[in-house]
Amino acid sequence: MNLLAPSRVTRWIIGIVVGLFFAVPIVSLVLFTFRRVDGTGYTLDHWTALFSPAESSVFQPIWVGLGNSLLLAVVTVAIVLFLLTPTMILVALRFPKLRSAFEFVALLPISIPAIVLVVGLAPIYLQIGRTLGTGAWTLAFAYGITVLPFAYRSIQASIDAVDVKTLTEAARTLGSGWITVVLRVLAPNLRQGLLAASLISVAVVLGEFTIASLLNRQVLQTALLVVQKTDGFAAAIVTILALAFAFVLLLIIGRVGRGRTGRTTP
Amino acid sequence: MTIADRALPRTSDNLLLSGSTDGTRVEFRSVVKDYGTNRVLHGVDLDIAPGEFVSLLGPSGCGKTTALRVLAGLERATGGAVFLGNRDVSDVPTNKRDIGMVFQSYSLFPHLRVGENTAFGLRRRGVGRAEAARRAGDALELVGLDHLADRYPHQLSGGQQQRVALARALVTEPRVLLLDEPLSALDAKVRVQLRDEIRRIQLRLGITTVFVTHDQEEALAVSDRIAVMDAGRIDQIGTPEELYLRPATPNVAAFVGLSSMVPGEASGMSVRVWGVDLPTQTAAQGPVTVFLRPENVRFATDGQPGADAVVQESTFLGSFRRTLVRTDDGTLVRVQHPAGERVEYGDAVRLALAPEPVAVRPAD
Repeated sequence: MNLLAPSRVTRWIIGIVVGLFFAVPIVSLVLFTFRRVDGTGYTLDHWTALFSPAESSVFQPIWVGLGNSLLLAVVTVAIVLFLLTPTMILVALRFPKLRSAFEFVALLPISIPAIVLVVGLAPIYLQIGRTLGTGAWTLAFAYGITVLPFAYRSIQASIDAVDVKTLTEAARTLGSGWITVVLRVLAPNLRQGLLAASLISVAVVLGEFTIASLLNRQVLQTALLVVQKTDGFAAAIVTILALAFAFVLLLIIGRVGRGRTGRTTP
Repeated sequence: MTIADRALPRTSDNLLLSGSTDGTRVEFRSVVKDYGTNRVLHGVDLDIAPGEFVSLLGPSGCGKTTALRVLAGLERATGGAVFLGNRDVSDVPTNKRDIGMVFQSYSLFPHLRVGENTAFGLRRRGVGRAEAARRAGDALELVGLDHLADRYPHQLSGGQQQRVALARALVTEPRVLLLDEPLSALDAKVRVQLRDEIRRIQLRLGITTVFVTHDQEEALAVSDRIAVMDAGRIDQIGTPEELYLRPATPNVAAFVGLSSMVPGEASGMSVRVWGVDLPTQTAAQGPVTVFLRPENVRFATDGQPGADAVVQESTFLGSFRRTLVRTDDGTLVRVQHPAGERVEYGDAVRLALAPEPVAVRPAD
């Protein structure tokens, strides 16, 4: 028996308390979406209303916000894959001395509250609005910064797990140009980190409220707030769906992370 | 062979197995390499004949790996030039140099099967999938691993991985094969096996090969010539026999083979050690340090000129013994002698010297 671990009973108690801590609000939320408005029992009406054409004008903001958020997620992931990743590879191969400075900068956004970030971003977005327009997708530049710490961590873990330098040099001596090196040799070996970074970025973008709200862009979270004022049930339902989506993403990340060891015949 | 011949695409499909690859001349001309203010190569000159197997031998930090990496284009020389087949390739990027390289650390691509790893260089040269797979199979056969083509690198032993790396480096029939301490991560038995196999394949293909190692035994065993390096310079280039029998510098004498250092008194081309006159390899005058090979020191009977000594330890090495003795003046000397001559710790012995030329350097 492992003397360092807490006893079986203690473990169960800890598990139940922590489980309740998370379960109670979520279960309450789910129950709430089935409640009749007058509080006399349960109904599916709120769920069906969300998708019924008759009510579409009320829920319009949610669908617009969701569309914007998904577009933002795509652009943000593109920033992570095509800007952050090549930069990190470059640092690993050519400028290893810059790594700690780069790491510091990359992790910085986690310690800066979004509201502080917005103060700096506002004047920049004034410029962006003039040059690139006020489309919701421009928020991706700000989101590229907010997801930086999460994306950096997962990609760096993959880079550290592979001998990037030797693989690159081997590929170079075998006749590969730089693009081939990155796409055919490094990317497949960093696959787990890149996938995890992308999924986390999607989750962060879908859950972001502060920056979008203060910069007056309509995304999923801001739309939820708007709709909640007229129909609390709809907002609760969408919140549950968003939670479920994020949960699935986390499951996929976990799967991907475990992929390597069992890989004998993929 | 002219450059024009070389520029033609290789069309014959089974060169690796027919062994008709022809070597390319490799030349370092006054290659200098600085890292910041630190100069690691002080003008290296080296001319390697087509099909020759040359080792760069030296202690770690002597610049041998840097020299190889300059040749591969993985480092840019600060000065001088590198020639491959009479063409200055100093400004040619690594992927255009047409080289094959095996690294010290395992360098197989983890996400590709052994066969795909081996075919990688061919695919980059535009060879079709089926053709590349077939030629990769031939290359794997050359290293005796064609049955493992469907495995992943992590399913192979270290020795197998380096064999595949060798096949992968050779499959494109490069102009020169570069080996950067490919054996140092392997255990002793596999190391010797693979070492001999590399030499066998190299002779069969006739490919010019540059081998970097810090293991003198490895270098002596496989090389046509060895360049002994120290502190960013080549001390001596020569055949293994030349280096062993006629080391040009004390450094070479100390690094190639075992040597004991004893004091002596030099006069021109001869040196007096323990009352015996020995020929020297270089002229010297006055007090010197003499490098004695263990096989040139033997046990003598009393009365013969020589030195008295006491046995410190004696090691049985199969067909012979190697014994460490301490002479009366406190110098440690290694003696190699037949296994039948048994000596034990504390025995008093007398040492005699074979009249072979010795290396000397001015005494410190």
